Amino acid sequence: MKPRFWLLMVFVALALVVVACSGDDDSDAAGDSDGSTGEDTEANSGSDGEDVLVFARGGDSESLDPGSTTDGESSRVTRQVLESLLDFDKESFEVVPGLAEDWEVSDDGLNYTFYLEEGVTFHDGTDFNAEAVKTNFERWADPEHEYAFEEEGYVYSMYGTMFGGYQGDDSHVIEKINVVNDHEIEFVLKQPLGYFLQNMAMSYFAITSPAALEEYGPQINENPVGTGPFKFESWTKDDSIELSKFEDYRKDGLPKVDSVVFEVIPDNAARLIALQSGEIDIMDGLNPDDAETVEAEEGVELYTRSENNVGYVGFNTQKEPLNQVEVRRAINHAIDRQAIAEAMYAGYAQPAKNPLPPSYMGYNDDVEGYEYDVEKAKSLLAEAGYEDGMEIELWTMPVARPYMPDPETVAEIVQNNLSEVGIEVSIVREEWAPYLEKTLQGEQEMFMLGWSGTNGDPDYFMSSLLHGDNVGSSNRTFYENDEVDELLNQAKTSIDQDERAELYKEAQTLISEDAPMVPLVHSEPVLAAASYVENYVPHPSTSESLAEVELAN
Amino acid sequence: MFAYTMRRLLMLIPVLAGMTLITFSIVHLIPGNPAQVILGETATETAIQDLEESMGLNESYPIQYGVYVTDLLQGDLGTSLRSKAEISTEILPRLAATFELTFFAIIFAVIIGVNAGIISAWKQNSWFDFLAMLFALVGVSIPIFWLALMEQWIFAQELGWLPAYGRENSRDPIEPITYFYVLDSLLHLDFSRTIGVLKHLVLPSIALGTIPMAIIARMTRSSMLEVMHSDYIRTVRAKGASQFLVIYKHALKNAVIPVLTVIGLQTGVLLGGAILTETIFSWPGVGRYVYEAINYRDYPVIQSGILVIAFLFVIINLIVDLLYSYIDPRIKY
Repeated sequence: MKPRFWLLMVFVALALVVVACSGDDDSDAAGDSDGSTGEDTEANSGSDGEDVLVFARGGDSESLDPGSTTDGESSRVTRQVLESLLDFDKESFEVVPGLAEDWEVSDDGLNYTFYLEEGVTFHDGTDFNAEAVKTNFERWADPEHEYAFEEEGYVYSMYGTMFGGYQGDDSHVIEKINVVNDHEIEFVLKQPLGYFLQNMAMSYFAITSPAALEEYGPQINENPVGTGPFKFESWTKDDSIELSKFEDYRKDGLPKVDSVVFEVIPDNAARLIALQSGEIDIMDGLNPDDAETVEAEEGVELYTRSENNVGYVGFNTQKEPLNQVEVRRAINHAIDRQAIAEAMYAGYAQPAKNPLPPSYMGYNDDVEGYEYDVEKAKSLLAEAGYEDGMEIELWTMPVARPYMPDPETVAEIVQNNLSEVGIEVSIVREEWAPYLEKTLQGEQEMFMLGWSGTNGDPDYFMSSLLHGDNVGSSNRTFYENDEVDELLNQAKTSIDQDERAELYKEAQTLISEDAPMVPLVHSEPVLAAASYVENYVPHPSTSESLAEVELAN
Repeated sequence: MFAYTMRRLLMLIPVLAGMTLITFSIVHLIPGNPAQVILGETATETAIQDLEESMGLNESYPIQYGVYVTDLLQGDLGTSLRSKAEISTEILPRLAATFELTFFAIIFAVIIGVNAGIISAWKQNSWFDFLAMLFALVGVSIPIFWLALMEQWIFAQELGWLPAYGRENSRDPIEPITYFYVLDSLLHLDFSRTIGVLKHLVLPSIALGTIPMAIIARMTRSSMLEVMHSDYIRTVRAKGASQFLVIYKHALKNAVIPVLTVIGLQTGVLLGGAILTETIFSWPGVGRYVYEAINYRDYPVIQSGILVIAFLFVIINLIVDLLYSYIDPRIKY
């Protein structure tokens, strides 16, 4: 048994080494591999003293080709590497210049001219110009395009959603793109689109270097090359993505840190511990219940993103008994939104009455909504012929989302609430993918889901969730109201923002009367960062630029 | 010995063929349309159909299976639907990560487990025996995620001794060569990094190794007790051998055979079952790779991941069987 004895000795030796090295101060917890005494000031530096910002999140990116994914963890990263023609303001969805310094819109809303910033280069050294913009848009619009990589399974679904389909579709709004000169590009539309400028600021439509498309082909999703403040360095799947400072960035003095590492730490509690022990600098996806702890603790700060979502209980409005408006209204009255907001979101949510979040243009505050009223609910049910109660299924989501951090418990509260008015709820559980699929096909009676904004425009909420044309895609309530559809269509094609706001308000009034869903809450997702992190501003879209973030030592 | 080894290797072929059939079938029984999942909720019907066609999902199962096996034989594990990258290149670093973690977990489990078992048997009914077996009982029944979180809370957050997540200091990454980071840091002659990597291994190895450690301790104890009461040990004692020699030289050799079985089985279980530990400690291993793939209905990754894990399981069992006949030449098949 000599080998075993030898192995034992090796292990003991290793254990001694490890124990001997763990007696150092706290900075060692950050895995300070240079083994020096590691003053606190060095905690966030690499071995060569560079500022490294470590951002931890729950899941990995799907693709670093921004147009080919709709996933928020992807745009969080691509946003640092690639830029769009326009950008959103730091804290809101107000459109500000991006790669285009300025733009003009024709009176009929059909011509958009963008004036591009001069002297901008991609990370690979090639020039950014109008031709590059055209190449990118054509690649998304045309599945046959040489850089569309259709055969490799690339689909630019967000392009299709935001611009009414693809080249050749009747509903596709972009007729053609004209390169006027190197720094001027014109988009000609077939019909006006009220949120065209908002779309141009979305991170999905960020511009990739055409030379990189040529060089990497379908591998472009692992080798993003843009004009952003950070260059892509490496990607270890399910683990980390490393970016480094782009020295020739178009904005002087930015970015502030030398590199950024996006770490995947799937477990929320483990992520918080990593932050508290100084291994990471910023964490997204804090449990609302932990907000209080973070606020009370020294060395870490609590941040919130402004509400940009709705969590709701939807009705399949085409199934008995939910096809009766009285039943839907009764359920609306029977659910205690305030209690849910307080119990499940630790106060970081407000009860909802519309599908649209309050900060949005066109939010209708005059809609009264359905207050929590058990007696009213009972009498409405009696009116509908259900005075003896009924049985109903409620489908609950198997995953946590910012608008629904603990779906299971919310389902139980709803179940409890409804039992008080004589409705017996049985909770149905499904895996996430089949859940989404089956609710599209209408197998559900009541179901829970939510929606988060991506471009800050009301259309993204209103049409996606409630337009009759989207039944079977994002409209899972199967709600169809011609009057509402007409209002939404008008609002979509108008470029007068005041007029659009009025149209959305009207639509909300009608929707509230028809009650196709119970809007539960608009949540404010919470996150946390170390106190030495400065100039970090969480954006409602969930992806913010880290160019201005500094690590104060 | 050689003939036996060859025979065992040949027997692998039908086993592996059966495994490919099983992984292929299981995956196609999972509900959910992969094209729909990939394209997202807003995809159009035609886009879904196009993608199904380009992915070959419209072909009959026998044809899909035939293509799958032919590719496998050429070392092609397929392409991930989600990342569009070669699975064989994606899975390698993860396999290394899982191997490294499993290796240290099993080393921990064997060293502590075997020695605790021996001492318990040696000092049967002593306070040590009592305590060790109590720990072993707690050890087998402890939920891994709870143990992991407690470790993180105490050793990372409160004491700040050990890192709470990952394989290395993310502010100062290692240039991978073999993707076994302990080895890589040694190859770079960067010993301070080796210490960093070892520190990252401590908590997850303990979390992962605790259950097998407890099982091994109990197994070793009962196996040792049995051997210690046998005639040949009495003879050795009668010849006046020291207690240490009796135990480590004469008794352990016979007692270790059933323990070896347990170690082999546990190693296989750990390889496949590291998902929880890998998730809590954000360890980028193969368990999480498959888990993520299941969420996305990434058929090729699920197939290949399960196949690779099953393959390793079979290989480890083979090694254990071969070790038996090496340790005890009386065992012949």
